[in-house]
Amino acid sequence: MEYTLLIFLFPMLTFLLLGLIGIKLRPVVAGCIGTVSLSIITLLAYITATQYFSSPRVNGVFAKIIPIRFEWLKFTDSLQIDLGILLDPISVMMLVVITTVSLMVHIYSLGYMKGERGFQRYYAFLSLFTFSMLGLVVAPNIFQMYIFWELVGVSSYLLIGFYYTKPTAIAASKKAFIVTRFADLGFLLGILLLSYFTHTFNFEMLTSGDASIFASTAGSTFLGASVMSWALALIFIGGAGKSAMFPLHIWLPDAMEGPTPVSALIHAATMVVAGVFLVARLFPLYVIAAPEVLTGIAYTGAFTSLYAAVVACVQTDIKRVLAFSTISQIGFMMVALGVSGMEGHEGLGYMASMFHLFTHAMFKALLFLCAGAIIHAIGNNEMNCMGGLRKYMPFTHLTFLVACLAISGIPPFSGFFSKDEILAAVFAFSPWLGIFMSFVAALTAFYMFRLYYRIFWGTPAHFVHTPHEAPKTMTIPLVILAAITCVAGFIPFGHFVSSNGLPYTIRLDMTIAISSVIVALIAIGIATLFYKSKCDIPERLINMYPRFHQSAFHRFYIDELYLFITKRILFNYVSRPIAWFDRNIIDGTMNGIAHLTQRLSYVIRGFQSGQIQQYAFIFLLGTLLIVLLVMFI
Amino acid sequence: MEHYLVISTIMFFAGIYGFITRRNMLAVLISIELILNSVDINFVAFNRFLFPGQLEGFFFTLFAIGISACETAIAIAIIINIYRNIRNIQVKNLNELKEDSVNNAGKE
Repeated sequence: MEYTLLIFLFPMLTFLLLGLIGIKLRPVVAGCIGTVSLSIITLLAYITATQYFSSPRVNGVFAKIIPIRFEWLKFTDSLQIDLGILLDPISVMMLVVITTVSLMVHIYSLGYMKGERGFQRYYAFLSLFTFSMLGLVVAPNIFQMYIFWELVGVSSYLLIGFYYTKPTAIAASKKAFIVTRFADLGFLLGILLLSYFTHTFNFEMLTSGDASIFASTAGSTFLGASVMSWALALIFIGGAGKSAMFPLHIWLPDAMEGPTPVSALIHAATMVVAGVFLVARLFPLYVIAAPEVLTGIAYTGAFTSLYAAVVACVQTDIKRVLAFSTISQIGFMMVALGVSGMEGHEGLGYMASMFHLFTHAMFKALLFLCAGAIIHAIGNNEMNCMGGLRKYMPFTHLTFLVACLAISGIPPFSGFFSKDEILAAVFAFSPWLGIFMSFVAALTAFYMFRLYYRIFWGTPAHFVHTPHEAPKTMTIPLVILAAITCVAGFIPFGHFVSSNGLPYTIRLDMTIAISSVIVALIAIGIATLFYKSKCDIPERLINMYPRFHQSAFHRFYIDELYLFITKRILFNYVSRPIAWFDRNIIDGTMNGIAHLTQRLSYVIRGFQSGQIQQYAFIFLLGTLLIVLLVMFI
Repeated sequence: MEHYLVISTIMFFAGIYGFITRRNMLAVLISIELILNSVDINFVAFNRFLFPGQLEGFFFTLFAIGISACETAIAIAIIINIYRNIRNIQVKNLNELKEDSVNNAGKE
């Protein structure tokens, strides 16, 4: 299956082509080059997936295939870094997800970004992102993953800051880059620690389930936790940064400053699930070496999902609502991974998490693209400026409704199946956590339908110009994604992806399924009551709990807390003294030496007057002195 | 022989004095000629009185006279060119290639 290499070469070459000579091309040509190249790789990814999943199983497991591998850096015999491609169920699944969503976004952007300045640059960056994301998911070793991890971060930075004339966009891109970079420091430390003790970067070796590779870690502990726990916890911090887990989530809502299709591709469907993918990739290691870290991941995910869901309920910017919803859903995936075990029925959480990743990528991309169509029509992100749009934008309305139903977990849409599996896994782990997550799922349904009703129902706001349905290039991806969302739930996902590789048959747990649907329906009902037509209950609630509403609206002041810590404490008490030391002590010493030399040189310079007569005179005096010395001594 | 040496010493120091104190380049040149001539006299005197049978001193003198003539020609050519350029042949004014002043320099 060497042709999989083409999947990476195409976007990279497209990036180089568009990046180097894109400015000379007409925008439409550049857009078409990007889209065509992406269609080719999407096709290739589908062929890969078909071929991979139709190949015979070995011992009931899909074999891990490494079609391409070459040595890149060889430090010693045991320490070397390869570049290559690893195909296993989750990476093939990610290939399909990434190429599909990316293709949809490429097509959509032809309409959405039409007439924007820097259209070619936009497509170049999209190709760069697609290339690096694909490289990330197929990485056969953790180091290659890290390289592409950073590349993904860079392309995210470039795309968030695409409108570089807007100060908020620049600030958001910097924030995203710095926060994720900060988390990546943890990732790097984790990699170093892990590979130092296991002597390998290779995923195959690390996840082989062979406990002998961590034999050297036995006995060495730090602050009461074993080395493996530390390494895996640090790696999770990297994943938490990219996946916007609390408290490293602060960059994601601001990242919505980028163009909306970018938000759909990077900040909803693909890049932000990289953290989930990372944990899933190292999952056997977590289970064997550090189950307590896994529990920590579960609670982090649970808290994040609740936090984000509460905040999403009160935001008024539609993209912010979707951003917090993304954070919340990634929290779901993390919880599912965290509560999962390895074998048999315990592996449900893993499968559910991957399944949710898949379905979420589709419906969240759909939601973002719908939001993009709405913003395109209205020219504003605020939901107060919307209302009654269903008459104007029937396609967008229907597809948005499908996505809302999917994310709320209403059968037969895809979100129902994956979310239900997650809830079943969580209930099996701990009923309390299960009830907690069900509550979060209800909140999800509530805020999604709040969004839906505020946009499409209610009294039409005063529009600057009459909204119109988006052009064909934009509605076609919406329809395709909506179709996928309708049917994706029926994919026998457990047959393809499961924790131990053996086929896992999904059985719907009827009690959980029915109760979660009922809860979701109640939440939707409340949202309908509150927001479908004019109703004063939300106002009354706000007035009843003004402080809660205010703090939720301000995202519980996490950003302010960060600013306080960095600006007030770090800058004042750490950076300032260091800066003072640098300017006065280090620079001062060097300046002092230079100054002294200069002074001295002025003094000496007088000797070299350039007057021959003066030289001759001194020469004469010297000669006389020597003569006198010779004569009298 | 002492008379010759006394004269040459006087000429030599007169030349040195002139070389150091004169401000005019022509005068400096003349002073150099004085120094060279005093050396020539020395050569001849030593040859004549100490090594009467040999000729090295005379030949050195002839060489020195020849070379000093060349040197004078070149020096006068240089002086004429300088005069053409800056209308002045005072030694202290020839500071075109130097920084203006020690104190002003280095403060930029």
